[in-house]
Amino acid sequence: MTLRDVQDILEAKVLYGEQMLDREVKTGFACDLVSEMLAFATSGTLLITSLANPHVIHTAEVMDAVGVIFVGGKEVNSSMFKAITSSKIPVLATDHLLFKSCGLLFQHGIQGAKRGLPQ
Amino acid sequence: MTETAARGDDPRLVIEYAIDEKDFLMAGESASKTKKALQQLGLKPEVVKNTAIIVYEAAMNVVIHANHGRLKITIVPGEVFILTEDVGPGIPDIDLAMQEGYSTAPQEIREMGFGAGMGLPNIKHCSNDLKIKSEPGVGTTLEARIYLTQKEDVRRDER
Repeated sequence: MTLRDVQDILEAKVLYGEQMLDREVKTGFACDLVSEMLAFATSGTLLITSLANPHVIHTAEVMDAVGVIFVGGKEVNSSMFKAITSSKIPVLATDHLLFKSCGLLFQHGIQGAKRGLPQ
Repeated sequence: MTETAARGDDPRLVIEYAIDEKDFLMAGESASKTKKALQQLGLKPEVVKNTAIIVYEAAMNVVIHANHGRLKITIVPGEVFILTEDVGPGIPDIDLAMQEGYSTAPQEIREMGFGAGMGLPNIKHCSNDLKIKSEPGVGTTLEARIYLTQKEDVRRDER
């Protein structure tokens, strides 16, 4: 599945990275705690979160996320947009809430990311 | 940020940041810039990621808890060395602070998604060696090291 498929499934709008929507998505990781993202997420996963702030974008960059989905109709402010353009990570936003977003993606074959560190 | 491109063998790269109280964005930005700099050096993705995580968490700790401080990342043959030094309240009980889930971060920090008591445990997991020295009322020094394998060094020498 590609990010473009994810966009269709979640009826999401693309906030950044229209030209990167062909990226392959195999696994997802849903979380609202930055330190848990840094601790558990494995590289190459899709980050699904209702926490919308610049830290999430920098964290997604550090954890090598394939993209970020903001759920619950979050808006992006200027400090977030600065982080997004600097990190060059595709960012999508959906009005669906966290559980439904994850459920829809799981139903379409996205698997849960393996737990990285700490074991 | 000051960044020194290294000449000769030692050190290869030094990156330094001043850390001001409540400069929350600095932590993520420094992690992002460090990641890019290490990628340019050709370090392994795992080393780059672990360094970026340590930088993020360690800088955030200083931003949250201290009055001010500094962050320094040094790449020398054989290791990545991450240092934070701060002037602040210090850590009264380091063993307690190392426990997953223990946090003294205020509510505003938790609302940003931090303060889950994972920072120091994360740093420990991402480093090969971690030393924390703290004096209550004075400040804290954190030294984290990631060892590079010989192969990693050779690969970089061939660049």
